[in-house]
Amino acid sequence: MSQDTPKVELRGVKKRFGSKVVLDGVDLKIARGESLVVIGGSGTGKSVMIKSVLGILRPEAGQIFVDGEEVTKLRGSARDEYLKKFSMLFQGAALFDSLTIWENVAFGLIQGRGMNRKKARDIAIDKLAKVGLGSDVANLSPAELSGGMQKRVGLARAIASDPDIIFFDEPTTGLDPIMADVINDLIVSTVKDLGVTTLSITHDMASARKISDRIAMLYKGKIIWEGPTAKIDNSGNDFVDQFIHGRATGPIKMEVRA
Amino acid sequence: MNIFAPVGRAVLAFFSMVGRLAVFTGTTLAHCVRPPLYWQLLLKQMFRIGWLSLPVVGLTAFFTGGVLALQIYIGSYRYGAEAFVPQVVALGICRELGPVIAGLMFAGRVAAAIAAEIGTMRVTEQIDALSTLATNPFKYLVVPRVLAAIIAMPLLVAVADAVGVFGGYTVATQSLGFNGYVYLNNSVNFLTHQDVFSGLIKAAFFGLIVSLMGCYHGFHSRGGAQGVGAATTDAVTSSMIMILAANYVLTSVLFET
Repeated sequence: MSQDTPKVELRGVKKRFGSKVVLDGVDLKIARGESLVVIGGSGTGKSVMIKSVLGILRPEAGQIFVDGEEVTKLRGSARDEYLKKFSMLFQGAALFDSLTIWENVAFGLIQGRGMNRKKARDIAIDKLAKVGLGSDVANLSPAELSGGMQKRVGLARAIASDPDIIFFDEPTTGLDPIMADVINDLIVSTVKDLGVTTLSITHDMASARKISDRIAMLYKGKIIWEGPTAKIDNSGNDFVDQFIHGRATGPIKMEVRA
Repeated sequence: MNIFAPVGRAVLAFFSMVGRLAVFTGTTLAHCVRPPLYWQLLLKQMFRIGWLSLPVVGLTAFFTGGVLALQIYIGSYRYGAEAFVPQVVALGICRELGPVIAGLMFAGRVAAAIAAEIGTMRVTEQIDALSTLATNPFKYLVVPRVLAAIIAMPLLVAVADAVGVFGGYTVATQSLGFNGYVYLNNSVNFLTHQDVFSGLIKAAFFGLIVSLMGCYHGFHSRGGAQGVGAATTDAVTSSMIMILAANYVLTSVLFET
């Protein structure tokens, strides 16, 4: 496979729920090792886009390629195999509350890959250290941690299985500005360490600027602008300008119904 | 105003629900027979679903057996047929009330717990997280619960049968003046294998219904706390109704004599 093959590519992906069109032909390419951030308001279909790539939701039309291979129609064990390339940090961290912290981090290793528990625990402790958490939290349950710490555990879980591609769904939402910046730094450092490809969705511009190589904006189910992070302030696009400056007036109209 | 539109919507919603439920059941059963099986989770669920249901099921069976003995005594006394109390209690418990009462208690306890737990996992994206960690949510969440319920329910009903007969025995010997030895002898000699096993077969089906309804409604819950609450209610009511409906069908199939 050539170096030019995009790591992830979406071609004309469409998804609707009932009569509501959420994705209306999304075209997007993410290069190997690149960090792409998709920005857009609430309810513009950012999460739906990520869940379509993961196969949690099935798009009605369009194709999704990973490493040049079409993955939209994968089923069963082929899909399980494909999913091993990915991991994801969820908006609410989505830690399993019936398991301890280290079992959460080691989950993909134990359940997905059949690693023995002792070895998986050592790796989990190591990954927790990478996100700045000591081994003293390993035996706590997720409910005993603050939101910021849960996000860190979520990040440790996402990097535990050494994935090729990591998705970040609103990594800084609900955190105070300092903790948000800590998470941003962790994302940048862990991702650079691993050399992975990342796709993040956010509406936090400070986070977007910090963690991205490139930014794309999703509006009404389509990518309306994309370009290098440095150009975001001179995009020449009124929609992007309104969004990054957070102005109430402009071409983007707030929809009451999400 | 068009009266056909709301009727049509309701009919369509009903059939799409039936379809989704059929697909869900098919997927679950397919995963039940395909490896890998998570043994530890199965054992854990058998403990939580089966063992921890014992007190509830046992208590209800005891009182049901007791009240059955009283009522049958009152009825049969009018014909001078009160000697048949042990036989009728044993028959009623094993063929009908043991499985049904245990099934309904099981529905209240287990369907609610499953729907609330899986529903919360759904709305907090934990089920999506399972997929991203190369773990099939059906295999990890649904199969252990369904298998555990199918295995645990007949065992629970076997206990309920024994406790129910004992409840009748207690009432009959303590307040109706029966001889204990004669009572038990009459109960045991009267029952056939068919009486007991058909009740246990029913129980396995009830276990399947309860666990499937809990998992299905939990899996399809949305919208936070309110959604999980609705899913829990739906799981309990639908499994109770389906138990009573299935009870009729199973009885007419199993008791062809």
